[in-house]
Formats: sequence, structure tokens, C-alpha cells
Amino acid sequence: MARQSNYTPAYAVRTLAAWGVALLLFFPLAWLMLTAFKTELQAIAVPPELFFSPTLESFHEVNERSDYLQYAKNSLITSVLSTVFGLMIAAPAAYAMAFFKGKRDKDILMWMLSTKMMPAVGALVPVYVLAQKSHLLDSPIALIIVFTLSNLPIMVWMLYSHFKEIPREILEAARMDGATLWQEARLVLLPLAMGGFASTGLLCLVLSWNEAFWSLNLTAANGGTLATLIAGYSSPEGLFWAKLSAASFMAIAPIVVFGWFSQKQLVQGLTFGAVK
Amino acid sequence: MNRTLPRLLMAPAVGTLFLWMIVPLVMTIYFSLIQFNLLQPDQSDFIGLENYRYFVTDPSFGAAIMNTLLLLASVIVITVVVGTLIALLINEPLAGRGLVRILLISPFFVMPTVNALLWKNMMMNPIYGVLAQVWQFFGATPVDWLTELPLFSVILMVSWQWLPFATLIFMTALQSMDREQLEASRMDGATYLQQLRYLYIPHLGRSVAVVVMIELIFLLSVFAEIYTTTGGGPGDASTNVAYLIFKQALLNFDAGVASAGALFAVVLANVVGIFMIRMVGKNLDK
Repeated sequence: MARQSNYTPAYAVRTLAAWGVALLLFFPLAWLMLTAFKTELQAIAVPPELFFSPTLESFHEVNERSDYLQYAKNSLITSVLSTVFGLMIAAPAAYAMAFFKGKRDKDILMWMLSTKMMPAVGALVPVYVLAQKSHLLDSPIALIIVFTLSNLPIMVWMLYSHFKEIPREILEAARMDGATLWQEARLVLLPLAMGGFASTGLLCLVLSWNEAFWSLNLTAANGGTLATLIAGYSSPEGLFWAKLSAASFMAIAPIVVFGWFSQKQLVQGLTFGAVK
Repeated sequence: MNRTLPRLLMAPAVGTLFLWMIVPLVMTIYFSLIQFNLLQPDQSDFIGLENYRYFVTDPSFGAAIMNTLLLLASVIVITVVVGTLIALLINEPLAGRGLVRILLISPFFVMPTVNALLWKNMMMNPIYGVLAQVWQFFGATPVDWLTELPLFSVILMVSWQWLPFATLIFMTALQSMDREQLEASRMDGATYLQQLRYLYIPHLGRSVAVVVMIELIFLLSVFAEIYTTTGGGPGDASTNVAYLIFKQALLNFDAGVASAGALFAVVLANVVGIFMIRMVGKNLDK
């Protein structure tokens, strides 16, 4: 049935339109990548140079000007650890809500999501003061704690909607056979809910990697993430677009490539089980 | 049933979130009632509602609330409408759909600070920016985006980031539509517009609810896009509530006034939240 409709004029128009839209939306990123391999003069040339011999000059200069690896390490540590801790705290709660149905589960879930609605800025002064008092300003530890807590509501909600899809009978059968709670979770639940864990974890990795509000306000040169490094390029008024692009390119490339590979899984998880 | 085990399992999540909510809240209420300058932390006299009076009578306050709501509403409308259109386009067979999908989702993974600087410089710069050169190519006078249309520029950046998200969620929803029903409606002579009106749009209801809910959560506190581009200006033209509080706390060091403002932000979030739960929560429960 589908075959006959292929290669009609409508198909060609659709293909053209879709590629047009996709390339238009992707254009700013493509431009960023091109500029990263230009010299500063080529970067601001009028009209723009599309054909040029690529240079790695800007990448070298970015590395000399600031310690890229230090920031990248902080980004990696904060996003991975906050995701791991978040999963460890969220999974038992989601498990309890999905398999031991309580009367107030719905209210608790809504309450959790409502803490996420509270704008981060509402907690800015207290968290800043607490971090200052405990000497955690400009340290990745503060960010790990904050990221874990601020992603927690979404993690509980996502895991809950995945767990809910698993038939309770399977878990009950395991319990009948004498499995302990830990065995039940590890041998039955974990393999069945792997997709849920994966998409929840992926989303939190992306969110933490890209988080900017807390990184900008709580960290600087020592504990700063890549988001902080890039923001540092906003202050000088000079036109250092090639260097800006090179730094940006290095900051987003890991997570964008990661996103390409995991997008199907991620979108599925993001729909909170509400869209099938 | 024995409720000890589930309570125990829920305790870490509920406990930490409760602390995460209540400790800052109590501290914020306390700070909002005292004179509290981050540079002179020793002077902390009780001054009652003075901080609130200051924050509310600040002319920036009204502007910031308007800007917050305008930003929220515009981005949601843009992403939902354009996202639906793109999803409908991509839903039908076409050449290279996998690659189109990857190109489309990419902006979602770009961190807000990069997004903002990329648009501020390479796209919107009034002399060297790509948009300026396109304008010039067509003989128009280039627009100085961040000065002339600051809030619109921020809306554009944020929409660019969130459009892929909406598109992909709608696409996923469309793919689960009942093919036979569509086929049957075509046999009965339904036009594409009729299919759109009676089959596609109703089917998208729940995914619109999901998109609106998640975007509300993230867009109430848009910050980095403003911090790295306009700095809230010119004047207060692109200051939202989040940025106004940041300005009071870490630029003016007046933590007392910032705390009073933060409580307003919490109230605003709750008003929007109640609205959300009534509109969207129902839709999700089905």
C-alpha cells in the first residue's frame, strides 16, 4: 500500500519542505561549527566566507586561555554523579508508589513536581548563604547536591510511569518463590525497567550538563562547569567569534553527539508514559 | 497491607525534597524580614515588611512580571503551533527521515549559555551577524535585535531551543495513530483538512498537555539566555522575575529585598502551577 504512494509529486514536495525546515533549524549550529575552524578575521568577514582552509588555531588558543579540561571534568563529574545519586534515591520511591499503592501517592507525586515548579531563583539566596557557610562555594560538590535535588521530582515521576507498566503479578510471583526485596529488584525489576532507567538517566545527564543557573551563581574558576566557561565569553566586547565558537563547540559536542545516539530512548521517556 | 516498607522506601526521596523545599523557604522568609546586605552580613536589623514594600514599588517589578508571562506564553504558543506543523510534515514518508529527525532535535541538546552567545553574536550582531547580512541582501536595514527587540530576541532563542522538544513529542504521538482509521476516513472521502480537524488534532491533546507542563516548569525560570545576552536591558525591557531577583541579590548584594522578591516568585509559580494542574493534570490522568 505504501509503495505506490512513493515518488509522487507530493512525496518530493514533502521531502523538500522537511529538509528545508530541518536545515533552517540546524543552521545556527552548523554556522557555529564552521566558525570554530576559521581565523578571527574570516569569522567576521562580510560577506561570510563559506570556503576557507580550516584551522585549529582557535582551539589551541581556547586551551591556552582557560583550562578547558578542568571545566570539562567538572561537567562530567557533576552530571554523572548527580544522575547516579538521583536514580538511587528516586528508584525506591517510584518502586513503592508503583507496587504498594497508597492512598496519597498521587498527592505526593504532585507535591514533588510542584517543588520543581518553584523557580530556582526562589532558593538562590538561602542556597548561596548555605554554600558560603559550609565552604562549598565554587566546588563541584555543591552542584552535585543541587542537581540531584532539582532533578529528583522528574526522576521519580518518570521511573514511576515506567514501573507502572510492569505487571505486578511478575513481581508477586518472584516474591512467592521466596525472593528477597533486593533479589526482586535486581533480578526482576531491573531487567524489565531497563528502558525506564535508561531514559530517566539520559534526560538527567543532559539537564545537568546544560544546567546554567546554579553553575553560574555558585561556581567560578575551580568548580565551574562548561556552561560557566562559555558564559565567560559574554563579557569582553571584542569580536572573538572564532574562539567563542571553538569553546562552544568543545562544550556542546559531547552532549549533542550523545543526544543523537539516545534521542529515541530520550523522547520516549520524556513523554512520561502519557504518549504511546 | 503493611505500609512500613513502602514508607521506608519513599523516605529518602520525600525527606530530601522536603528539606530542599522547607529549609530555603524558611530562610527566605526570615531574610525577607531583616536588613541583609551580603557585603555587610553583621547588620541584620528586623525591618518588617520594608523589603516587600521596596520590591513591589520598584518600577521594574511590574515589567518583570509582564515579561515573565509574555515569554512563557509566546514560547509555548510558538513551540506548540510550529511543532505540530513540523510533526505533521515529517509524519508522512519522505526521503532521509532519520537524518531530518537528528537535525531537528539537535538544538535541544545545546546548553543555554552557548545558545545565547551563538544568537547574540553570530546571528544577531547588527553588522557581522548572519541575519544582518540576509537583511542587507534583500536591501533592508539590518535590525539591532538585542537593543530594538530585546524580549523578542530572547523569545526567539528560547523557542529555538524548545521547538525540537515539542516537535519530537508530537511526532511520537502521531506515529501511534490508528492507521486503519485514517485509511477508512480516506475511503469515506475525508479531505486532509477534515482528517486534521477530527483525527490528528484530537489525538495530539495529551502530548500538548505534556509539552505545556514541562515547558512551564523550565520556562518560568529562564535565566542564562538573559544573563549572557541583554543583561535584562535595555532598561527592564527583557528582565523577567528570575533575573530581577538575581540582580537584587548578587549585583546589588541586597539579599533582603531579593528574598522578598523570591517569595513573590514562589507565589507566581504557584498561581501558574494551580492553573497548570487544573488544565493539564486532568489531561494526564486519563
